[in-house]
Amino acid sequence: MLAYVIRRLFAGVIMLIVMSIVTFALFFASPIDQASFICGKNCSAAQKKQTAAAMGYDDSFANQWADFAKGVVQGRDYPDDPKLRETAPETIVHCEAPCLGYSRERGDTVTNLIKDTFPVSFSLAVSAFILWMVGGVLLGVTAALKKGSIIDRGLVGLSLIAYAFPTFFVGLVLYKFVAIKWGLTEIPRYTSIAEGGVGGWLSSLTLPAITLALFFMAAYVRMTRSYVIESFQEDYVRTARSKGLPERTVTYKHALRAALTPIVTMAGLDFAGLMGGAIITESVFNYPGMGKLAVRASSDFDLPTTVGLVILLATFVILANIIVDLLYAVIDPRVRLG
Amino acid sequence: MARVASVTRGDEVKMTIPGSELEIHETETPVEDDAVVSVAGRSPTQLAIARFRADKLSMISFVLSAFIIVCAIAAPILVAFGVLEPNVQHQDLLSSDGVVPEGAFGGVSWSHPFGIDPGLGRDLLARLMLAITSSLTIALTGTILTVIIGAVLGIVAGFSGGFIDAVVGRIIDLTLSFPQTLMLLALSGPVVVMMRQDIADFPGLGFFSNADLSNGAFVIVILAAFGWPPVARVVRGQVLSIREREFIEAARLLGASRRRLYFKEVLPNVWAPVLVYVTLLVPAYISAEAAFNFLGVGIKPPTPTLGNILADSVSYTSADPTYFFLPGALLALIVVVFNLVGDGARDALDPKSNR
Repeated sequence: MLAYVIRRLFAGVIMLIVMSIVTFALFFASPIDQASFICGKNCSAAQKKQTAAAMGYDDSFANQWADFAKGVVQGRDYPDDPKLRETAPETIVHCEAPCLGYSRERGDTVTNLIKDTFPVSFSLAVSAFILWMVGGVLLGVTAALKKGSIIDRGLVGLSLIAYAFPTFFVGLVLYKFVAIKWGLTEIPRYTSIAEGGVGGWLSSLTLPAITLALFFMAAYVRMTRSYVIESFQEDYVRTARSKGLPERTVTYKHALRAALTPIVTMAGLDFAGLMGGAIITESVFNYPGMGKLAVRASSDFDLPTTVGLVILLATFVILANIIVDLLYAVIDPRVRLG
Repeated sequence: MARVASVTRGDEVKMTIPGSELEIHETETPVEDDAVVSVAGRSPTQLAIARFRADKLSMISFVLSAFIIVCAIAAPILVAFGVLEPNVQHQDLLSSDGVVPEGAFGGVSWSHPFGIDPGLGRDLLARLMLAITSSLTIALTGTILTVIIGAVLGIVAGFSGGFIDAVVGRIIDLTLSFPQTLMLLALSGPVVVMMRQDIADFPGLGFFSNADLSNGAFVIVILAAFGWPPVARVVRGQVLSIREREFIEAARLLGASRRRLYFKEVLPNVWAPVLVYVTLLVPAYISAEAAFNFLGVGIKPPTPTLGNILADSVSYTSADPTYFFLPGALLALIVVVFNLVGDGARDALDPKSNR
């Protein structure tokens, strides 16, 4: 088990290295001149060159990547100039490990930017996750157990419709109509626990969490339903029934447990994807999370922030993959790790 | 009851198999009592089509989706003949402030059955019909590209096994670990610039200098670049199960080339699950186009797409709710209908699947 975890973590690190190289290559090949963006329109060639040198953009691709990797492990200084360090140490920003870069646009290290925005995205992801898992799985199981009934048809139909409306449309309906026009809820504005207590935090999350959860819930109702129906047709369910086990035990101990495995996999990966910020939901509700940070970073061509976010998100997904595989072995006794 | 042996008539083999899925012909010569019927054997495809046609919901959604496709094909033709005028502005039909259309429900009238858009007063029906054309084109092209990449990699991985399979597996993991929406946003500036400046310089690719084409192509590329892994996985799984079958061995013994094995022997046997996936990809991509446009990536007005009409309507949620809800409802309808066709296709092709 431990050997397995270590091997997977090792493979994950290699994957991250490859993925950061690919990311760098993609953005390095970009025809957009970073230095002139940072420096502004009325920038002389010399100034541009100086900016490029300060940010390290004049370096080769391999060196830029190596600097980035060094920053992640050791931390680095911006600008990394020994002469400047002696003459004017106050102009140097030190970025501690794990350093994901320095954003000139925001005048802060990417690590700090992420630290500021992560709690918002994480709150949103957790609350939406709880909503869609509880709602989606419960309704999916209900539909499967009542297969063919009106309840089943209704749930399947509703989830199809909920799935069909784009997230931003649902979000806007909730925001502009439910909150603003009809005043049914407060106008959502992110409040941290420190500001508004747990109650304020929860109520500020309600509408965005519903928006985000609805799409996933629709997908999970359908998915859960078909997995449960499928597992009821398995041989071991028939065996359990013919042993004379009560239907309750057959349902909960045998059929549902097996149906849970693929759902856990999906849920783990979906949650990891959302931790990095629900870009659309955060845009609709104007939430200061990582998704919003990503939108701003890409519209300002703020490359360090973008690269930092991409690599952090990939880390989440890779870690989630490992965790999901471990959980798999816990839930499903047929799975052996190795 | 006795349903007896097979009756051979000429070279057409007819079997009598109990079961509702086979077409039953009354024989001309009744033997014994009424029991003897002969049954025509049908190909799996015919069976699937018959099952699909027997399902009312699938048929209704199939007819509706056919109607949507006809609309998409007809729209540019109707525009060319001047029947639809998606870019003619009717400023006189806007209210005195020049923004919101005059009249109820966004200015609905006989000449503008869906009303007109606020701000410019263009006919909404014409814009929506043409929007279906562009959105569907993006979704279909994206789907085709996705399936080509996924199918080729899936077949190669499944058939070769070993090292190549492992490499493809790692590429899949790598692709899935990239955050799609973030990459979409971050790459849209650079890649679209690159298409317009560099790619358009290649002979024969000059059309990329067109803004609509380069923006649309970028959306398609992103959809395909991040959408192919599930297709590759499905295809690989199928290939693994058929590569040890006798007909593959036979083809190999006959000296079939690798390409022939991949595309002539294996591919025709994996199309069913791919087809199901495709019918579900198209609506997902239509939805994705809209979401991308909301984030500012994709084809820009005046060329209408469902995404950019919706993105524009967002500013008029309270001033002109019809203009906001109508495109949203149309998009949802298209997605539901295509999804139902996909579900129907899955049930028809795989009767053991659960509904």
